This record gives sequence, C-alpha cells and structure tokens, in this order.
Amino acid sequence: MTNPSIGRSIPRKEGREKVTGRARYVDDMTLPGMLFGATVRSPIARGRLRGIRFGEGLPWNELTTVTAKDIPGKNSIVLLEDDQPCLAAELVNHAEEAVVLLAHRDKYLIEEARRAVQLEIERLPAIFSIDDSLACKEIIWRADNVFKSLRVDKGDVDAALAEAEFVVEGEYETGAQEQLYIEPQGMIAEANGRDGVTVWGSLQCPYYVHKALAALFALPAEKIRVVQMETGGGFGGKEEYPSMIAAHAALLAWKSGRPVKMIYDRAEDMAATTKRHPSRTRHRTGVTRDGKIVAMDIDFTLDGGAYMTLSPVVLSRGTIHAAGPYDCANVRIRSRAVATNFPPHGAFRGFGAPQSVFALERHLDQVAKVVGLAPDELRRRNFVREGQTLAVGQVVHEKIDMNELMERAFELSGYRAKRERLARENPGSTIKRGIGFASFLHGAGFTGSGEDYLASVAEVEATSEGKIRVCAASTEMGQGTNTIFSQIAADALGLECSSVEVVQPDTAHVPNSGPTVASRTCMIVGKLVESAALGVKQSLLQNGFLREEDGHDAFAGACRLYIEKFGPLRASSRYSPSPEIHWDDAHYRGDAYGAYGWGVYVAEVSVDTLTGETRVEDFVAAQEVGRVINPVLAAGQIEGGVAQGVGFALYENVVWRDGRMINNQMTNYIMPTSMDVPPIRVYFEELPYARGPAGAKGIGELPLDGTAPAIINAVENATGIVVRRVPLTPEILLDALDAAREKVHA
Amino acid sequence: MRSSVASFDLRTPHDLPSVLELLAREPGEWRPFAGGTDLMVLLEAGKLAHRRYLNIWNCRELRNISASDSEMKIGALATYTDVKGHAILQREFELLCRAAEETGGIATQNRGTLGGNIANASPAADSPPALLVYDAELELISAGGTRRVLYADFHTGYKKMNLRPDELIARIILPRGRGGWKTYYRKVGTRRAQAISKVCLAAAAKTENGAIADIRIALGSVAPCVMRATKTENSLRGKRLDAAAIDDARATLAAEITPIDDMRSTARYRSRIAQNLLQEFLQSCATT
Amino acid sequence: MPRAKRSMPEKVSVQCRVNGHDATLLDFPMARLLDALREQLSLTGIKEGCGEGECGACSIEMDGRLVNSCLVPVAQAEGATIRTIEGVADGEQLHEVQQAIITHGGAQCGICTPGMILAAVNLLEHNGRPTEAEVRVALAGNLCRCTGYTKIFESVLAAVTVAEARD
Ligand code: FES
Ligand code: FES
Repeated sequence: MTNPSIGRSIPRKEGREKVTGRARYVDDMTLPGMLFGATVRSPIARGRLRGIRFGEGLPWNELTTVTAKDIPGKNSIVLLEDDQPCLAAELVNHAEEAVVLLAHRDKYLIEEARRAVQLEIERLPAIFSIDDSLACKEIIWRADNVFKSLRVDKGDVDAALAEAEFVVEGEYETGAQEQLYIEPQGMIAEANGRDGVTVWGSLQCPYYVHKALAALFALPAEKIRVVQMETGGGFGGKEEYPSMIAAHAALLAWKSGRPVKMIYDRAEDMAATTKRHPSRTRHRTGVTRDGKIVAMDIDFTLDGGAYMTLSPVVLSRGTIHAAGPYDCANVRIRSRAVATNFPPHGAFRGFGAPQSVFALERHLDQVAKVVGLAPDELRRRNFVREGQTLAVGQVVHEKIDMNELMERAFELSGYRAKRERLARENPGSTIKRGIGFASFLHGAGFTGSGEDYLASVAEVEATSEGKIRVCAASTEMGQGTNTIFSQIAADALGLECSSVEVVQPDTAHVPNSGPTVASRTCMIVGKLVESAALGVKQSLLQNGFLREEDGHDAFAGACRLYIEKFGPLRASSRYSPSPEIHWDDAHYRGDAYGAYGWGVYVAEVSVDTLTGETRVEDFVAAQEVGRVINPVLAAGQIEGGVAQGVGFALYENVVWRDGRMINNQMTNYIMPTSMDVPPIRVYFEELPYARGPAGAKGIGELPLDGTAPAIINAVENATGIVVRRVPLTPEILLDALDAAREKVHA
Repeated sequence: MRSSVASFDLRTPHDLPSVLELLAREPGEWRPFAGGTDLMVLLEAGKLAHRRYLNIWNCRELRNISASDSEMKIGALATYTDVKGHAILQREFELLCRAAEETGGIATQNRGTLGGNIANASPAADSPPALLVYDAELELISAGGTRRVLYADFHTGYKKMNLRPDELIARIILPRGRGGWKTYYRKVGTRRAQAISKVCLAAAAKTENGAIADIRIALGSVAPCVMRATKTENSLRGKRLDAAAIDDARATLAAEITPIDDMRSTARYRSRIAQNLLQEFLQSCATT
Repeated sequence: MPRAKRSMPEKVSVQCRVNGHDATLLDFPMARLLDALREQLSLTGIKEGCGEGECGACSIEMDGRLVNSCLVPVAQAEGATIRTIEGVADGEQLHEVQQAIITHGGAQCGICTPGMILAAVNLLEHNGRPTEAEVRVALAGNLCRCTGYTKIFESVLAAVTVAEARD
C-alpha cells in the first residue's frame, strides 16, 4: 500500500500550469479565421421592441448580424423553464437584455458597430421592488409575477405563538451581490449544419449548456459538444449564464460559418450577468421565559429578476435553511420568488441560504435581548441535537454537537474575554470594537430528491501503464475538483495521487456527473469516483489479474494484462437513491439533504464612529464538514468564502438606476482587497459521513452563510445599533449612529 | 462599452521642445498623455472624448525632484512611487507622501504622475488637498515661455483649469520651512486600499499660546473641484479651540462645501464626514 | 460613432525586450500593451480581469517596475524591458514564489495568479524580508476572489524563508 493521500495536503494538480501562466483559459485560445462577437443590449428595463436601426458609416455587409429571426430552433435558454429568450424578439423585460449580435474579424470595428446599432424600444412601466411585484402593480410574468412559492409546516405555529411568553418580530434584507470571478465570462463557438455545434468556454456545468444548445439549434444531443476551458472562478455565476453566451457565440458562428469568440469586458459582465438574489425575510418568533424557542413563523421572499432561471431552486434552499440548526416544535415558512424587471438573479455560492441565514442569525440576537439572555445562551438552549428534527421534519442522524463547536470557536477567538473587555473599553473611544457570532448549517448536494433525478454518472479508466483517468463533467474552477478526485481515486486503488489524471470536461468524452454546484462535487460525485475506481479494481480482482494482497507495483502489470485480453478497462458508477433518504416534494417534508455541514463563525470588528466605517479585525471559522480530504484546499475554500462574506456584509453594493447597474466597474463595485480581509483562522471538526467518499461532506458554500451575520452581530455588540440590512455601508451606519446620538442628547 | 483604440492617436515627439511646438502649432488638437492611469480607464469605458495625444512619458526633465533651501521642485511626471520614496518629501511633506501611498495599488503608483493627477482635475483626486495645504505653486510651460501660478487659483470649476491648450504643467513647487505645524491627512474611501475617496481632508495649523495662529484646510470630493476651505480657515484664525469654536468651524465648513450624491456616496454622508474629520483635526491641535 | 477617416492613426512598430528576447510589436499606438503581448507574442499568461487598472491580473514588470499592462499604450513600450509571468521561472526551475504558491495553496482558479506572482516577485526584489503587513500593502492592487488572500500571504512569506535558506 502507498501512503493514503486523503487527509494530506496534496498540492493542486494543475498548480504548475497556473503559476507559470500556461493554464489555458478561453480567451487564451484562438482558432483560424476566428471572428469576434459582440452583443447589442437594451438600455431600457421594459418595453416593446419597435425596430432596429443600423447606423451610417459601417461596413454592415462585412459584419455578421444575428437577431431572434436567425435562431434555428426555439428562441429560449432552456433551463427549468423556457421563459427566457436567447434574444429579445418583441418584448424587452430587463435592461441589458440581448437583442442583436454582431461579429467581425476586427475586434476594434466590432466595438464601433455595437455603438452604431440603435434599438427603438417603446417604454413600458417596470417593476423594481418586491412589494410592487407582489402587489401586481404591473403583471410582468405569467399570471401573478410569482416564479415559485413554497410552504413548510411543522406543528401548530399559531397556537404556539399565542401561548409564548415573548413574541419577537423583525424584518431583514439582503442586497444583490455580484460573483465577481476575476475571469469574465467568455466562449468560443464553431457551428454548422454538418458537424453541429461545439463550444469551448468558462463554465461550471457543461451539460446545462449542452441542453440549452440542443434546444436552440433543434439538434440531436450528439451534435452538440461543450468543452470546459480552465475557468477563472465561478461561484455560481458560471452556472446558468454560460448557456446564454454560448448560445450567442454559436448563433454567430452558425450564421457566419466561422469560429466566433465572445469575451465580455468587465463592465458588460457586471451589468448583464446574474447576481445573488436580493431578499426580504420577516420573522415572528415565540419564546418561553427561559429561552426555549417554541414557534418560528418565517416569511421569505426573493427578487428573481425578469426570468425564472434557477430562482425556484434558490428559493428552495433558502427556505429550508431559514430555520437554521435549531430544535423547534412549531415552524411555518412561507416563501416565494417574484419577478421584477432587473436582469435575472441567479446562482451564487450559498444559493439562497446566505440570505435566510443572515435574517435568522440577526433575529436570534434580537430574541436573546428580549428574553434577557446572552446570544450564545439562547443558541445553547435551542440547538438541534442528534435525534431531534429540523424544520422540514428531517431527523438529525449526525453526531453533531453544536454547543461543543460553539465553545471551540469561542476558545479560538477568545470570545468571552473579549466581549467583556471590549464592553469595558468602548466608552470613551471613538473606535468601538465588538465581537459577534453566527451558528448555522448547510445542506450538501441537491435538495430533496434532486440527486435521484440527476442520477449522475462518473467513470474511471485505467491505461495499460497503470495510469488512472477520471471522467466526469464536474468542473475545476479553483475549488480543487482535480486534486480531490485524484486523491479519492488514488486511495480507492492504493496508488499514488500522481498516477491519476482528471480528464478535461468535454461532453464528447465525459459522462454527465451533474452540475458543479451545491457543494455536491466532493460528496456526491467524489463518491461516484470512489465507487468507479473500486469497480476497476474489482474487474482486475475478478479476472485474477490482481490479488487483494498485491502491492501497488502490481497494478500496472495487471492493467496491461487485462487490456491485452479484454480491451479498455473502465468502470462507471451511477448515483443510486439511498433507501434511508425520503423526501416529499409536495409537502416539503423529509430528508432535505443527505448530510449537512455545521458551522459557528466568530467575527471581531471595529467601527469608527467618526466615519461609520466597519473593519473586520479578526475572524474564526469553525465547522464540521465530515472527513477533510485535503486540508490546505479545504481551508482555502473557507477563507475565500469568508472574504466574499465580508464583501457581502460590508462593501458590495449594487447601485441600480432604472433597473440598470450603474456601478458596473471594479473601481465602483467594491470587493475586499488584501488590506480589507481580517486574519482568518479555520478549524475543522471531522465526523466522517458514511455516504461520502472516505467520509467527506460538502464544504464550498458553507462559509457564505455565517460570515455576514457574525459580522453584523459584532457591529451591534460594538455600537448597540440594530442593523437589519446588508450590505451595511458606512453611509447607513453613520446615519444610525447619528440618530442614536441625537436620542441620547434629547 | 470599450472604445476602439484604432481611432485614437498617440504620437511620441522626440523631446520636450517638440512637444511644446506641436501643442503651440495646433492648439487644442493635441493633449498630453503621461502615465495613462486615468486616460486609459476612460478609453476602456468608452468615455475618452479627445482623440489625439502626445506621449510625454519619456520627457525625463519633467520627472526630477529637486530641492533648494527655499523650495522643492517636483517634476510633473514624478510618479507616486517617486514622491513617496523621496527622503525630503517624507520628512517635510508627509501629507503628500501619505496621499501618494493611498493612491491605487503599487502598479498605479508606478505609472500615475503628480502632474497627471492635477491635470485630470478630478474632484476626488488624493494629492491636491495636500498640495493646497502646502501652498503649492505650479510652473506651466509652453513654447512661449514659463509662468508660475498659485495652485489654489488653478482649478476654476468642474474639470476647468487655468491652463492654455498649448501649455503643460511642468513642475509643482512647494515652499519649504514650515516646521512646527500640526498636520493631518485622512482619506475616507470605499475600502482600505485601491479606493476612490468619498471625502479627503488635508490640513495644517500653527498654534501659539493655545490659539490658532495660522491654518490651512483643503478637501477633496466635496465640491466640483478640490478646494481650500478659506472661510473655515478665516473663522478659526486667532481662535482658541474650545468646544464652541469647533462647533462653529463645523458649521462654517458645512456651509462652505457643496457635496453631491453619486454612486459612491451621498451628499449627506460627505458633509458629515468632512465636519467630523475637521473636528478630529482640531481636537488633535487642541490637545497638543 | 463611425470611424472618422481623418484621425485614423497608422500602426506603429515598437521595439522592446521581453523576457530576455528582442521583440517587435506592430499595433495602433493606443492599443493596450496587454493585447499586443498576448496576441502578437502569445504571452497569454498575462490575464485581463477588468481593463481598468483595478484588478492587477494583467500585471507585468516594465523596466523593473510593476505596471498594469491594460493601462499602458503600446507606443509607450518603445525601448522598454519587460518581464511577464512567462519570464519568471528559470526554464523548468520555478521561482520560490511560484513554488510556494503551489505548496501553500496560494492559487485556486489561477486567474489572478500570474499578476499576483509578479507583484510578489517585484516586492521581494525591493524588500527581501517583508512583514505580513508589507505583503498586504504590496498586493493590494491585485484582487483575488477565490482565496481570501490568506494562503497568498502564507505563500509569499514561505518563499522568503526558502530564499533565505538558499542564500
Ligand atoms: S486587467 Fe489590468 S488591472 Fe485589471
Ligand atoms: S485564485 Fe481565483 S482569483 Fe485568485
């Protein structure tokens, strides 16, 4: 046996390519005769398209122009539904909606051409708020502007509220957030009637793009090929939108007969692509005198933007996470995702949970105040324990002890001592310091029966040199897929990690292992990789080429003999529903996720009361995520997520004017720099999960849930100001501080 | 939306006299182009209106920083890196070095020039408030000769300057010998680094017997151009800095500035911050 | 706006030294050095994240100083000595910073990595023993959305230790 690689910090597989500049991203690729594509977009949020004028002075005969009329199949980007057109034909439903596509070999000319196209759009009244949408001020989507609504019911909330000693109410909001992967979206396409359509691009989910292109071109699946290039960050932002840009590039390629490259510049990427759903959450919580939560009445609304995209799924996750890791007998959650005339909001790491978790964890600090308990004491009295049930009725089978995790986080951060010391030191200083925390859980994998429907497949192949090739559609976008799959396959076969290669995702060569989302890659697909690798071994054992007691040096020889005799040595594994997991989609009850990650995050902040600026001074992220496959990569996931959470909490403010993002530049949309992130200390508690590969669970989204509420809870601890909305800009906080000062004076 | 670079011209005359000659021959046709940290951003955003530029980056004689007993002469093409690394500037003109350090990241500091920062005439520029506090003068050159203007008189309105189309900013001149003043620089930006200022306040004061003998207060991002708060200064001269004086100064400043709402901040916030920073400065003067 | 014939400049030929080799770039004078190096010399390790001098993905060294190549017009590269990520390793021998980034997890998606490495290498050439605070300042012009920077700081500081042990 070789030294197992799981649990060790094996260096990133593609690290060398990345540090030398050799890694190939889509913009690094050129095809002979390639044209450059550009998109003409609506400047207006809602209206009727009356005409398109191509201005003077440009060689229009040399340019390829595409409008909705040129689409061979269905004019829609098929995902959950087909409501979103690929190109607006009659109605425009959001600003930046694509109307005309242009291509030319001169990338400078294309910029001028884009300016020269004028869209004549008759303006219609638009909806820019959740309230206006719910009130149906205008009907902008089907009958009632509602993409999806959900309801979770447990116990009898009304009766419990009526009896509770305290009822605490609160309303909380979160704003849109841009994923801001540093590599903008991009795609190269080749397309013609003979060979079909091929696209290479920056993307998370090859088979989503595949499905959308097949419908758009009305071609059979085998005529569509999607290849993922090295991807410079995704965070959900490259989950659904790549289907759109792939469709656009492919339409231009189809019409021009030439390869077409389409790369968004930063301004276009920020203005036109999806962002995190803005949200509003209302809580009504019944509590007994000794701090037991007896009723949670939660109302959760997401602003979905103009088309459905993935809003129902985001809503689902946000809804299920809205009641957190607490044991409460009576829970009612009513939720909906509504249409507005903003560009569609979409997937972003955390997928609805950061929104509802922010509300809950802010709210519980308010509840604690009303009841007269410390925030941690309130949590302690209500944490769910093994054998108890979550809001959807799921019995917790994991051995998690949230109290212990919280204590661990407190120890690492010096929470108690600091809370006391800061309270003593704050009076008399213009800089107020505070410390706060949030406790939360995050389900790994698709919700409910999602994984059953996906029925993902991964494949493992051995070569005659004894090398292993892992084939899956799960993409590497920085989170470590290549390395982790290699570790899992290597350990299953008792090989060195360096013997494993993860094949570039290409729908012509890899099976559909599902989308690279929902913290499912390691736990769900990793498990399939493990089983497929064991399948390869099984073939060798069964046919007598290998014996259990053989060392790893026998493996290559065994493979060679097998392949000489039988041909290719491959095994695949398909996800099989677990008999222990039951989900009732109609009533939203049951086992929402196979497993959860559990976290307690502690933030220490300082608030400058002269300027309202908040700075995160220190951060501790403690979590239980099952077995950690690669400690360095795992900690990197947490640290990166915390930094994004700092942005979500304090800096990242999308400024809209008439439905358009007007601060769509990196200079004006503020993400944290190296000077803005605190020291981040990451702690992993490891309770191996039986159905995960080597006991691992999901990890990627977890850090987005707890960071913002921990920070804002710390701001309240520092200043006494009750903040109910993120991002908390200095403008908002200074106003609140001023108001509080005036109150003291009055 | 990007501009097409094919429609912009950038010529590199072989020396400074040739630059000045071209500027003089076709006034308004050409504009100078230095480190590009502002102009290239506008180009990328499709907002660069002027089309023809003269590359002055290589005019070495405009990059020198020199000292005489009475003044510092900083070449307009001195970069932020040059400024913040200069020993005398560090010692005597700390506010300017602070401003240079807080402008963009290292790469921007290596290309951005002090002259460019002035000529770009952004109301949010970081160095000009410091220059105002130091009573800077500008040396402007043209084919016809050289003239010196007080920097305080240079900006005349939003993006308007006392600069003819045939002129270049050649040097920034800082009078030396102002020891013993209490100084202050604070930029409140969108984040801790690489930030555009929401408000920037630079100030210096000389106190005698607990009263303000002389004072300079300059601000960025609170008016159409970077400004000296002369009314506030006047109201403070000769005053002892008790709570009432500070309150008065706040009120005078609030009336003197004209901040606006934009995508980065609000007029209300800017006004509050300007007053709070002033107060922080005055309190620090009062306690020493 | 249609292309005004009058102001159409000619392409210019620019001589410079790139990663130790003489190179000639032929482009419109206002073309971005970023594009010229990527397209004409195939130096695609230089990345574009914003085109506005904000992210540092396009960082290169020009005459020993770190610059954002998206903000440098080609005409200003005349006579310059340029180093890009492709010129940081010595053949197959990685620079300490490159090696440390691999070992310590300083790269995730990798798109900021080339620029980050140039910024770090440039820092170490000016300051061989930076503190973490100095590393933070030096890298503030290079945005990373993946790592939260923590492992990048660790990588740079580890590279310093390795370089010191070697010297
Ligand atoms: S691409 Fe040059 S700084 Fe972002
Ligand atoms: S590693 Fe992805 S942006 Fe830095």
